[in-house]
Amino acid sequence: MNDIVRIASCRKESHDTKTFGFVMKGNAKAGQFVMVWIPGVDEIPMSLSSTGDTKCITVKAIGDATKALHGLRVNDVIGIRGPYGNGFSLKKNQRVLAVGGGVGISALMPAIRAHGADVIIGARNKAEVIMEPEVRKYSNNVRISTDDGSCGFKGNAVELTKEVISANSYDLVIGCGPEIMLYHLHKACVDSGIECQLSLERFMKCGAGLCGSCVMDGMRVCEDGPVFGGRQITKLKEFGRIRLDPAGAKVKL
Amino acid sequence: MNVLQTHIGALKLERPGIVASGIMDETGDSMARMFGLGAGAAVTKSIGSERREGHRNPSFIEIPYGYVNAMGLPNPGIEGFEEEMRTAAKAGTVIGSIFGSSAKEFSELAVRMEAYGASAVELNLSCPHAKGYGIEMGTDTNTVRSIVSSVKDSVKIPVYAKLTPNTHLLTEIGKAVQDAGGDGIVAINTLKAMVIAPEVAMPVLSNKFGGLSGPAVKPVGVRAIYDLRASLDIPLIGVGGICGWRDAAEYIMAGASAFQVGSALGKDINVFKKINSGLERFMKEFGYSSIKKMVGAAHE
Repeated sequence: MNDIVRIASCRKESHDTKTFGFVMKGNAKAGQFVMVWIPGVDEIPMSLSSTGDTKCITVKAIGDATKALHGLRVNDVIGIRGPYGNGFSLKKNQRVLAVGGGVGISALMPAIRAHGADVIIGARNKAEVIMEPEVRKYSNNVRISTDDGSCGFKGNAVELTKEVISANSYDLVIGCGPEIMLYHLHKACVDSGIECQLSLERFMKCGAGLCGSCVMDGMRVCEDGPVFGGRQITKLKEFGRIRLDPAGAKVKL
Repeated sequence: MNVLQTHIGALKLERPGIVASGIMDETGDSMARMFGLGAGAAVTKSIGSERREGHRNPSFIEIPYGYVNAMGLPNPGIEGFEEEMRTAAKAGTVIGSIFGSSAKEFSELAVRMEAYGASAVELNLSCPHAKGYGIEMGTDTNTVRSIVSSVKDSVKIPVYAKLTPNTHLLTEIGKAVQDAGGDGIVAINTLKAMVIAPEVAMPVLSNKFGGLSGPAVKPVGVRAIYDLRASLDIPLIGVGGICGWRDAAEYIMAGASAFQVGSALGKDINVFKKINSGLERFMKEFGYSSIKKMVGAAHE
């Protein structure tokens, strides 16, 4: 449902990323998202980075809407619709590896908190690594990759994942990050025979399974996803290749 | 014998439920998916001559018993839609929804839809939230007559007009469609509506107003079909707030030969399957041997 809420907390995660907390009605599952309305500006889908009584979104300032969100302060008012989508489905005792690329790690936080997991945080460089202290509260095995080697493993998150899954045994990989990363993460999981659940992203209008602006091969990212299983993803011809633009035309990624 | 088979004039459907325009019909694959999930046909998203991105978000909001949306007719333009149409038409019966600002534009779009494999066209004469289109032309009987008659002269496939309930002239407009040779009427489009957020003292939708759909509008739609049936002879397609077989049965008994489902698909992608089995059970229990026998039953 819809809710108008006041921003209850605001925490800086990095030079361009902030986490906003708010209290909204209802429960949310790990991996679900909300539509966030910045009055007078835009409304955008955001994964929940915390699903407790105070729910959180973690926002990287990249476009008009996210920059406008960064300009808001505690007590300012935003609109929230949702939560929407299916979320992750984790079984007890599953050995889980969580792989987050960039701000994508924030969408995995609720699952990491609830279930525990080994974690890979991937980022371009040291300054872009976010949420490491929070992740360490819930995980004994945290690895970091940076493209330039300024922190942890030098290389991308998928290269580090391959190294980690060859040295350890996992039942499930969960992931969120740029589509190019998820494309190769999916491939790595398929190649090594590990089940995966990846949180995907598309331009959205309704967020509630109706308008079709986020479909991938006829599957709605908002309602059938945003979390898709490895076998589902294998069938998605458009994953990693094609997206719909706001007019509904297919565009190559 | 398939008791669910129905005829909308010359168009035969094996299932009476059709995916409404604007829902799960932006790509060929999504329409194909809906055929597999029990829909008898699918109406495409409304397509115009040129690419349009539609209104900025928020373009959608939930209310108890429905939704208010102002998508603003986003579409890739008729040329960009060809591949999607061909994919969908291979998988099932596709009705091409089109919108334009003149009779000529509607006719050109209809010709393209026919060439792409559409089994019928649905003229969107009723979008409540795109300036210069839809409702602004669909509430004038002369404009409606000229558009329908021009499209009829241009294509061989059936031509349906989708009408707005936002008028007291519904049956007069229906008559104009019939007089111009239209093959059927689709009713209703959404009701013009607004939601305001008091905390920020502004309408929620970027377009300010939009169209109300979902269970809240069903009695309005049923009444519209009942009124149209009482004064017209051409086939009717009922749409507005159908979530289950009872809703579909209401529209059929009010006079619709087929029905469309839109909003209900958000929460239940399997709604067509459930409606089909529910209708079949009802027809068996109450002795209706065909959809035709049910059409307009509430008028006797």
